[in-house]
Amino acid sequence: MPALEVSHLTFTYPTATRPSLTNLSFTVEAGELVAVVGANNSGKSTLCYALSGVVPNFYRGRYAGSVVAGEMNTTGYTISELAQKVGLVMQIPANQLSGVRYTVFEEVAFGLENLGVSRSEITERVTAVLAVTGLSNLGDRSPYQLSGGQQQKLALAAVLAMSPSILVLDEPTTFLDPEGALKVFDILLELKQQGKTIIIAEQRLEWVAEYADRVIVLANGELVLSGTPEEVLISNIIKEIGLEWMPYTRTAELANQMGLWESDRPLPSTFAATVTGFSNPEG
Amino acid sequence: MHIRIEKVAFRYSDEVKALNDISLTINQGERVAFIGHNGSGKTTLVKHLNGLLRPSEGKVWIGSHQTENMSVAALARMVALSFQNPDDQISKRRVWDEVAFGPKNLKYSKTRTHDLVERSLALFGLLPQMNYNPYDLGYSERKRAALASIIAMDTPIVVFDEPTAGMDTHEIRLLKGVLDKLQQETKTVIIISHDMDFVAEQFPRVICLKNGEKRFDGSSRTAFEDKDLLASCRLRQPQIARLSSYFERAELALTPGEFVRGFHR
Repeated sequence: MPALEVSHLTFTYPTATRPSLTNLSFTVEAGELVAVVGANNSGKSTLCYALSGVVPNFYRGRYAGSVVAGEMNTTGYTISELAQKVGLVMQIPANQLSGVRYTVFEEVAFGLENLGVSRSEITERVTAVLAVTGLSNLGDRSPYQLSGGQQQKLALAAVLAMSPSILVLDEPTTFLDPEGALKVFDILLELKQQGKTIIIAEQRLEWVAEYADRVIVLANGELVLSGTPEEVLISNIIKEIGLEWMPYTRTAELANQMGLWESDRPLPSTFAATVTGFSNPEG
Repeated sequence: MHIRIEKVAFRYSDEVKALNDISLTINQGERVAFIGHNGSGKTTLVKHLNGLLRPSEGKVWIGSHQTENMSVAALARMVALSFQNPDDQISKRRVWDEVAFGPKNLKYSKTRTHDLVERSLALFGLLPQMNYNPYDLGYSERKRAALASIIAMDTPIVVFDEPTAGMDTHEIRLLKGVLDKLQQETKTVIIISHDMDFVAEQFPRVICLKNGEKRFDGSSRTAFEDKDLLASCRLRQPQIARLSSYFERAELALTPGEFVRGFHR
């Protein structure tokens, strides 16, 4: 049984004239890391909301089809019930702060307190996730005194503390410095190896190429392509939906035009594949 | 209108120094990127350029004016600064009014305001959304609206804090067009960015901060070749620079064209 099963999902926000998601169907297996890419307004964030049940339980609208996480159909449970199964890290971390907790430590503990977890276990789990996300020395700080990057780490920490088996992340590294972003992806890789299921909306294709098992491409709310990063990221569909290939791919394409890239060698999407291609121009 | 920062230090009330002993000069028409780890002081430093913050020690000059003696309103005629999060900036209920807010406050004429707003919205691809409420737009559209409202102020110095964060590659292409336009008008463009690929392609000069101090000021080619510098500032080489370093090029390539041409020789 897949960890996540999306069937014929269509969703229209109340005041919108067209659906944000149209007839999406796909499954994600336990332990898979799936990236969702697409231009802005292609439906990535709405899909993240739907996978975690925020759509349609909080953002209501016209909803058809289904999302089943584990054995839970998201329409049959409250957001707090779902939060134990599916964690959502929102694109704008400030939107995710509870607004009712005074310190970073309390903010991370908030979800666990609501579940009635014992004080000692809360302390243990919060201390552990603050360490993992590099926030240990900011535990006493107000969440509102953090930089954008630190707030983004806090949003991730708050979700990790709940230890959900499925994690949905909407561009979780937008405000992080490059090493901080790398750290987040390393955390995700480790969670994946522990068997967690991860779905991540991401604009930076470099991370997608390095970390995703599979990529789903959205355009105008429809699923237009799905496959491995090696196939999807060099597909012309990426350009057709208004995005650009990554610098590695563009470099090889240019070399190809100049006869410096073996013509039957696929264009690369990672550093390693690019290096190999340029090291062996004769194939 | 050049920028001169002289031995600037800054403390937020109770904390350690957020900036320490920063000195630098930026000439009119330059394109400069501030890079560095989260919390290195980049945003704190640029907030000194339009008087949102005043130095605890040292001096900041914009042209011949020392900021200490100037109001934020007077500085706003010279330096326009966008915030990292557009939601900290947006205050109007219509995209057009949001973008017109700056030029109106600067008391530009009606025609000039109209022209600047229209041009800025066009450059950021937002004319179709000009009557929308900014909060009905997606995050990256709000971000573009916030950047449009900054260039609409038509100041000689423009500062963007993390302009590419949350943008897709199509929107980044629009932004590159805006940078070129600003350069044609010999405006000074300063950005803060974690997007090393974008910086490498668009900014010949970088200033790297580390823990509130200036760690590097020079050509981006030199900075992106220096792996120790980058690692110590929690940065990574841009994609093309990484390739170029791997193949031990005499001169580091920063664009696909530079890399492939170098390979040919």
